[in-house]
Amino acid sequence: MTTTPKDLKKEIADICKACGNDRSRLMDIVRDVQEKFGCVSDEAINLIASEVSVHRVEVESVVSFYAFLSKDQKGNFVIRVCDDIIDRQAGSDSIISAFEKELGINCGETTADGKFTLEKTPCIGMCDQAPAIMINDEIVTNLTADKAGQIISTLKESGDPKKLVAEPGDGNNGNPLVNSMVMNNIHQKGEIVFSEYVSGAALKEALSSSPKEVIRNVKAASLRGRGGAGFPTGMKWDFTRAAEGDKKAIICNADEGEPGTFKDRAILTECPDMVFEGMTIAGYAIGADTGILYLRGEYAYLRKFLEEKLAKRRENGLLGKNISPKKRLGGLLKSKSAFDFDIRIQMGAGAYVCGEETALISSCEGSRGDPKTRPPFPAQKGYLGLPTCVNNVETLACVVKIIEKGAAWFAARGSAGSKGTKVLSISGDCEKPGVYELPFGTTVSEVLEKTGAKDTAAVQMGGPSGTLVAANDFGRKICYDDLATGGSIMVFSRDRNLLEVVDYFMEFFIEESCGYCTPCRVGNVLLKDTLEKIINGKGLTTDISNLESLGKTVKLASRCGLGQTSANPILTSLQNFRTLYENLVKTDETGMNPSFDISKALKDSEKIAERKSVVYTTE
Amino acid sequence: MADITFKIDNVDIKGKPGQTIMEAADAAGIYIPRLCTYEGLQPHGSCRVCTVFVNGRAQAACTQPIAEGITVDNSSEEVQQIRKDIIEMLFVEGNHYCMFCEKSGNCELQALAYRLGVLAPKYPYLFPKRDIDASHKDIFIDRNRCVLCGRCVRASQDIDGKNVFEFVDRGPDKRVAVNSEAKLSDTEIDVTDKAVEVCPVGALLKKRVGYAVPIGERLYDNKPIGSEIENKNQSS
Ligand SMILES: Cc1cc2nc3c(=O)[nH]c(=O)nc-3n(C[C@H](O)[C@H](O)[C@H](O)COP(=O)(O)O)c2cc1C
Ligand code: SF4
Ligand code: FES
Ligand code: FES
Repeated sequence: MTTTPKDLKKEIADICKACGNDRSRLMDIVRDVQEKFGCVSDEAINLIASEVSVHRVEVESVVSFYAFLSKDQKGNFVIRVCDDIIDRQAGSDSIISAFEKELGINCGETTADGKFTLEKTPCIGMCDQAPAIMINDEIVTNLTADKAGQIISTLKESGDPKKLVAEPGDGNNGNPLVNSMVMNNIHQKGEIVFSEYVSGAALKEALSSSPKEVIRNVKAASLRGRGGAGFPTGMKWDFTRAAEGDKKAIICNADEGEPGTFKDRAILTECPDMVFEGMTIAGYAIGADTGILYLRGEYAYLRKFLEEKLAKRRENGLLGKNISPKKRLGGLLKSKSAFDFDIRIQMGAGAYVCGEETALISSCEGSRGDPKTRPPFPAQKGYLGLPTCVNNVETLACVVKIIEKGAAWFAARGSAGSKGTKVLSISGDCEKPGVYELPFGTTVSEVLEKTGAKDTAAVQMGGPSGTLVAANDFGRKICYDDLATGGSIMVFSRDRNLLEVVDYFMEFFIEESCGYCTPCRVGNVLLKDTLEKIINGKGLTTDISNLESLGKTVKLASRCGLGQTSANPILTSLQNFRTLYENLVKTDETGMNPSFDISKALKDSEKIAERKSVVYTTE
Repeated sequence: MADITFKIDNVDIKGKPGQTIMEAADAAGIYIPRLCTYEGLQPHGSCRVCTVFVNGRAQAACTQPIAEGITVDNSSEEVQQIRKDIIEMLFVEGNHYCMFCEKSGNCELQALAYRLGVLAPKYPYLFPKRDIDASHKDIFIDRNRCVLCGRCVRASQDIDGKNVFEFVDRGPDKRVAVNSEAKLSDTEIDVTDKAVEVCPVGALLKKRVGYAVPIGERLYDNKPIGSEIENKNQSS
């Protein structure tokens, strides 16, 4: 790509103009610049800043926050190898080496001809078809190292990552607008999410009652958030509705960044209409005219397909001004109240913390994905100051069924405190990894049996921020009052080194921390260093208690849900697999706990001096 | 509007609606340790040194509003441990060599460590590599000592009206950047800016004034940090 500065100036002016030179659309602007030029250079930053009338350092602040944006020039093809623990166990290391060899570069570098960049990235939501990689927006799954050569030559010859799709995946993955090799792997459908559904019917039903009645229904169904925190949805809607302001917003959280979670991927691929309908019903109920679907950057391959679904809904009078499903379904249906509501898609750019609802709002406003100070809560003051409700993809899909079938029908499913079904994404050591919609109250053992898991040593419930469950607890139930999960279930067999898993999870949190608050920014690094000291056989019994007390501080004092749960891999494994730690540490006899690693320091200094120490020998 | 009454460590406090726990405590002469908060700037809620338990739940006192009947724990062993851990974290995260730092004796981080009884950190130093910017004729930045409190960012934006500083990058790589391609000297900053005055540590300093105050007469040489707030109570 040869762009003279004059072109750059014009092209950037055009990109900014297409976004109305609006500061709050900065995410879209920098994403477009990155896509077009392979970087957001210093020069581009200056140009954007002047077009949008912000300080350059504000633009730099945003660009530097997101993993998919960079000041440095990236190759035409950016290969991102999923570095999730499941992918690692499926051999992602060998994939990286194969690409390194093929391209003659190290991971993290760009080839001299500017064609290829090779990187690692945390979970891309494909653990059921690991190892997987992204090439620009295209997903390549079920990789083996021997395919690297073929992939590179296809890209060189065709210049088009789409050419890598030999055979599209199942369901809508075969839709021409998706045309991806991703498989849905929906092994069990349930009565609520993956069920028959007529577009527009629930919306019509909702519009024939008052917003308050809709909320009452959602409350009567006891619907709780499916994104992880489990907050009662009706109550959240009530707060947002009651908040002062003529304009309000509803955001659908499709950031799905918790490692091991990929159920929203399947829902968005197979039931997008249902999700948009749920958003529209929510908009009607809380009095919002603005809807945003926040789609994680990793799912960009679904964007065109989803945009088209939105366009169709606009055509059919299900979105836009004066919404009344009457138009589409003929005069049969009467609706009391028409209202205005539309949905736009906000793309993310590689940041797990943006799934946290206030960080999500920051990101939608075109800022760094830093969480916000609470209070005010989003329901009072969220997106651009509007009262805002954030709901998970699956929560909104459930709403449609509640309206369609009635609150009592919904509440008759599931378990005592957890009504309905839960869509689970199961990966790791089992025969049938994939998506399962099961009633709440299903036990871990039942899940393991369904997925064909054998010799299971541990199950990570709810992703890294959840709980590492040991075999004697496999009788426990999946529900809000026992083992809660946003959907992630990772299975580890007896062959796996669980402390390695814990170590990986800590690495994940360190990389994904926004860095705003001290306990999360620093505490996680210290936790990981202490854990590795133990893993390397240098730990003492006091290191275990250090882990516990430090973990507690990080959990209690962190500012947002990321830091408040980031110590969980260590704390829950200490609780359920303590002997793994105890077998590795020595008892502390001297009362001294050396934190200084002499052999590492020696190695460092030998490297600087470019010679071996004559006094000490390193291992 | 009517006063709000609540308790801090079993002392009855009266506050005004809209006040944070820290504001109400300050007015009552009760010191809650803090680092990122600075009078006259919006609270930031980032250092978490001000962590208290509100009805048993950990909260940042600088951002948490008061409410009728709450009980605030500002002194238990558990609270103290959290604060000590955080101060330790800030020490090991940067490169703080107090014995030859210009800010020594006037440094809030150092003073907090003394007040909270943090003598030597339990955790290994991380020894990060960080940049120094001495390009400006009157001011320099030593990021080795930066604690990411965001005071300079807010002061420059909200008081100086300049946006000289902003955070870039994330996680452990997060740092303060300046509003130019590289150097502080290419920004609009001036030595009289509020932003230059507010740094709690020795990260943003004026040139040619270091070590001007002799040991024994520095801000925290004779009285611990926080005593200015506690003394306010006794005099009123
Ligand atoms: C670090 C972090 C990441 C999160 N990621 C997601 C996510 O990807 N999807 C999601 O729906 N909720 C996520 N959440 C939870 C949201 O903050 C929020 O509770 C949820 O979107 C609310 O929707 P619900 O009530 O329908 O579950 C995350 C929370 C944290 C702290
Ligand atoms: S806990 Fe703190 S540093 Fe971690 S992500 Fe949340 S705000 Fe950022
Ligand atoms: S003083 Fe409250 S978080 Fe820093
Ligand atoms: S003495 Fe605290 S930063 Fe220098």
